[in-house]
Amino acid sequence: MITVKTKQNFQPMHSTRSLRIKNTAIGWSFIALATVLICLFYFYPMVQALIMSMQSGTGTNLTFVGLDNYARLLQDPTFLTTVKNTVIYLIIQVPIMIILALFISVLLNDKTLKLKGVFRTAIFLPCVTSLVAYSVIFKYLFGQEGIINIFLLKLSIISEPIQWLTDPFWAKMAIIVAITWRWTGYNMIFYLSALQNIDHSIYEAAKIDGASPFQIFFKITIPLLKPIILFTSITSTIGTLQLFDEVMNITQGGPGNATMTISQYIYNLSFKYTPDFGYAATVSYAIVIMIVIFSIIQFKVAGDKNA
Amino acid sequence: MLKRVFSYGFLTIAAIISFFPFLWMIISSTNKSVDVTKGRLLPGSHFLENLNNLLETVDLVPALINSAKISITTTILSLLIASLAGYGFEIYQSKAKDMVFNFLLLSMMIPFAALMVPLFRMFGSISQTAPFIGIDTFAAVILPTVTTAFLIFFFRQSTKMFPKDILEAGRIDGLTELGCFFRIYVPTMKTTYSAAAIITFMASWNSYLWPLVVLQSPENQTIPLLISVLGSSYSPDFGVIMTAIVIATLPAAFIFFIMQKQFVAGMMGSVK
Repeated sequence: MITVKTKQNFQPMHSTRSLRIKNTAIGWSFIALATVLICLFYFYPMVQALIMSMQSGTGTNLTFVGLDNYARLLQDPTFLTTVKNTVIYLIIQVPIMIILALFISVLLNDKTLKLKGVFRTAIFLPCVTSLVAYSVIFKYLFGQEGIINIFLLKLSIISEPIQWLTDPFWAKMAIIVAITWRWTGYNMIFYLSALQNIDHSIYEAAKIDGASPFQIFFKITIPLLKPIILFTSITSTIGTLQLFDEVMNITQGGPGNATMTISQYIYNLSFKYTPDFGYAATVSYAIVIMIVIFSIIQFKVAGDKNA
Repeated sequence: MLKRVFSYGFLTIAAIISFFPFLWMIISSTNKSVDVTKGRLLPGSHFLENLNNLLETVDLVPALINSAKISITTTILSLLIASLAGYGFEIYQSKAKDMVFNFLLLSMMIPFAALMVPLFRMFGSISQTAPFIGIDTFAAVILPTVTTAFLIFFFRQSTKMFPKDILEAGRIDGLTELGCFFRIYVPTMKTTYSAAAIITFMASWNSYLWPLVVLQSPENQTIPLLISVLGSSYSPDFGVIMTAIVIATLPAAFIFFIMQKQFVAGMMGSVK
């Protein structure tokens, strides 16, 4: 064993025991307020929600019903539809967005590329818009006589306007396109800064060894970016599972319930229909469980080595 | 060469797609509603008319003031609480505190949708005893969102770079521990604070779900609520709506342009 000189050896002489206790108290006081507030506004409500999820009734008249709400969950067609919708958004949108963001950031990482700043700023710009504002804009862009249909018709890609917001399939696509527009630039920035940290000589060496750009991308870039890809896919997953603002403002969940998300269902159960807070809390635990499951899957897929 | 052409082509298309909705929004705000629906893509001369109509149909200015009040208060409190904690966790590091820290980080996994209902009931029950922090008050909007584990994490990560020896010098000069924080740490960490401020302000300025739940009277409306209402009207006046969105988006876009570096630094704070 090699003994390593630690900083403790250089501690000032007066660090007696009483001072250390005093310092400990001061240290705790620095973190006390934040800790109390997080417990009060995150953990305490979660406990409350757990209790509520075993109660039922309208408004504030709740009675204990055990696991009935959870049984009801599995037979509730609206809930199952919202889960299906949310999972569709997740498995289509998150991979498309991540691949697109990766691809753009690799193109932008080219040292000889001109106008790099212009491209980067333009692609990142959607991130400054509020979710509500961009949703309303997209609602009109996707309208029956909206600019997107006008474009597609003029370019003769389609022969009659697509029912973006009133057809169950196209409405989901509209939501997916909108979210991808808003968040691709955001993820791109993460990849770009990670790419800039990769030592350029690795690429030079690979080129000398005769690796194709394709091989370089899959054998060097992707493995080196694995931790950050994992990070962005988990944050995107958590974000998508909570999707609310966009759907609320683009389609309001319609047509029928074709685009409704779990978050929106919780909102409707609590504030739009006759309030059933107990059951709403049960549904919200479904999101928590899904977040945990999807995060575990992503960790497993990425392999625990670099994660 | 072919690769070059492809790169520029792809990036140009991506940039145009990213920018187009902004362009459309700005152009539409200068056109009459009829022209917007016809797909007019040329700037018009009806911006002032639209603005006038907007001010007549909705309480835009009060909503802007409400949003500003909420966002500024949230930002100041958030920065104070999170930086105190981030500093505390890093400077007075101990095993027990690290456990608390990891526990706090768990809160980042909690979706807001799951908190919404119990929080609403919490503030509902406070309403009777302390109406000033109950439902339909700004305090109820601010309190649950003012402390985020993300921001504490961000400050702790940044504090790792902070030269701790300066603190020792400060102590010898007779500064108290809190004095060290306010007199030495805060001025040194200006960049971190501005990055955190931008992120927090934007999140608060744009937040929708919780204000929608908790703010009920029209005079307390924030900008996102107002836009949402405008956007869902049955006979929308597109020129007017786009004018409202331009006004709501411009402050954020402006802040982003002048402080791009801090903005990106704030995002990166989570992965350093």
